Amino acid sequence: MSLTRFILSLFLLLTASLAQAADGQRLYEQNCAACHGLDGNGGVGVPLALPDFQYSASDDFLRKMIRHGRPGRVMPAFKRFSDEEVDAIVRYIRHWAPGKPFKYSSKRIRGDVKHGKQLYAQRCASCHGANGEGGKGTGVTFSRPRNLPIIPPALNNKGFLDAAPDEMIKATLMNGREGTPMVSFLKQGLKEKDINDIVAYVRSFEKHPLPLTLKVPEERLIIMESMQPLKETVEAIKRAVVGKNYRLIRVQYINQGLVEKGRENKKQVIVYFCNFSFLNRALAVDPRVGLFLPCRVTAYEKDGKVFVTSTNPLYMSTIFNNNELHRLCQEMYQEYMDIIEEATL
Amino acid sequence: MKIIANNRLISAIVFMLFATLSYADELMMIRSEQTFPEAMLKLQETINKMGYTISRVQRVDIGLSKSGYLTDKYRVVFFGRNNEIEEITSKYPYLIPYVPWKIAIFAEQENTLLVTADPLRLLDKKHPAANRYLYQWKKDLEKIMHIMQKAE
Repeated sequence: MSLTRFILSLFLLLTASLAQAADGQRLYEQNCAACHGLDGNGGVGVPLALPDFQYSASDDFLRKMIRHGRPGRVMPAFKRFSDEEVDAIVRYIRHWAPGKPFKYSSKRIRGDVKHGKQLYAQRCASCHGANGEGGKGTGVTFSRPRNLPIIPPALNNKGFLDAAPDEMIKATLMNGREGTPMVSFLKQGLKEKDINDIVAYVRSFEKHPLPLTLKVPEERLIIMESMQPLKETVEAIKRAVVGKNYRLIRVQYINQGLVEKGRENKKQVIVYFCNFSFLNRALAVDPRVGLFLPCRVTAYEKDGKVFVTSTNPLYMSTIFNNNELHRLCQEMYQEYMDIIEEATL
Repeated sequence: MKIIANNRLISAIVFMLFATLSYADELMMIRSEQTFPEAMLKLQETINKMGYTISRVQRVDIGLSKSGYLTDKYRVVFFGRNNEIEEITSKYPYLIPYVPWKIAIFAEQENTLLVTADPLRLLDKKHPAANRYLYQWKKDLEKIMHIMQKAE
């Protein structure tokens, strides 16, 4: 094969790969359906098939949502997609409600920010948060009890503010969104000028962004050396765990269940524990927290030394893109530190 | 000169191709249209077929219910290959807290969701031999998740 033919073959392979990738349904099912549902009816993510959402969200809004996500609010940024792939997903999302969505200009709406702030506090803050931080938890998950069928979005969020033009925010305030708790403010008695004031206030969040709590810590692990032999160290972990009001779930060797009974490596011991009240809080914030479960500290002996280690919950937390969960992980980090410190004294 | 230019072109294309086809996800998550009991069976069968042993299934929902909390079906499945675990835990202790690997599986109405972390997140330039395991696990997890997503 000549060099030119080889280069051409590679190009063809690349082109074929990209052409296949631009299949909106396949891309949606692979990347979006886990959260938003195969039929767009929502789940961990919001229900994209909701007619009022379909008509009020512009294609440009959807494109930006996919591309940039919502920092700290679960929806990840799909930076690896090509423009063609993003367009293909948007077209697929649109098939649930054929028709023309609104198109918005990028024109800013002028309003009285001070008055908008007052109205926001009276009419929006109870759902969207006093500082625009949004409702708690993820989207519609009826398998667990939820207070609302949809979680109010964080308005003070770079992802939202960059994607939603003023006109779209205004249209949502004017018309409400059927099928969600978002009511029409016109029907609630507000005037168009009042709505402009709220829009101006929401836009002013750009100048006062909420602190982004999600930072990747340098340390993936918590690890400390124990001053005691392994057996005593495991006992100390158990005491520390119970002392912190956790329920001891199980103590086992790392390869227990993978080898015949009696042939396990007895120099590597896992202590599993759980606080079900804390777990219940965490599941309400993000049902994907199974990756943390159950809480675990591992003690092992290597080269005559005994170490106690665990994953760093703050490092794990960053993969969920969920500020609320991150705050719980900060609590969990401190708990792990206390337990491991106490056990290694 | 022409050959050098062509080599550069080939390298660029190979790089582009690689960049298109490989990436590290933060979370690997799929929705199965199977109900929870069906998906749970299928997951265990698939993990076994891939040559892994399931070491334990943590019944999170049972613990929650016993403590008085409302929940749907929620389990965590732990699995591994003993030879890999032995080598990893003896040579690369920084991976100890992550093994055996786990997949969280939980019901969402009539569907089932499965979540696992991307092993490539644990890549470490200093340990290329350990990285080989992580690449293999990623490949296997992608296959498991794909089978689960397509299961009817």
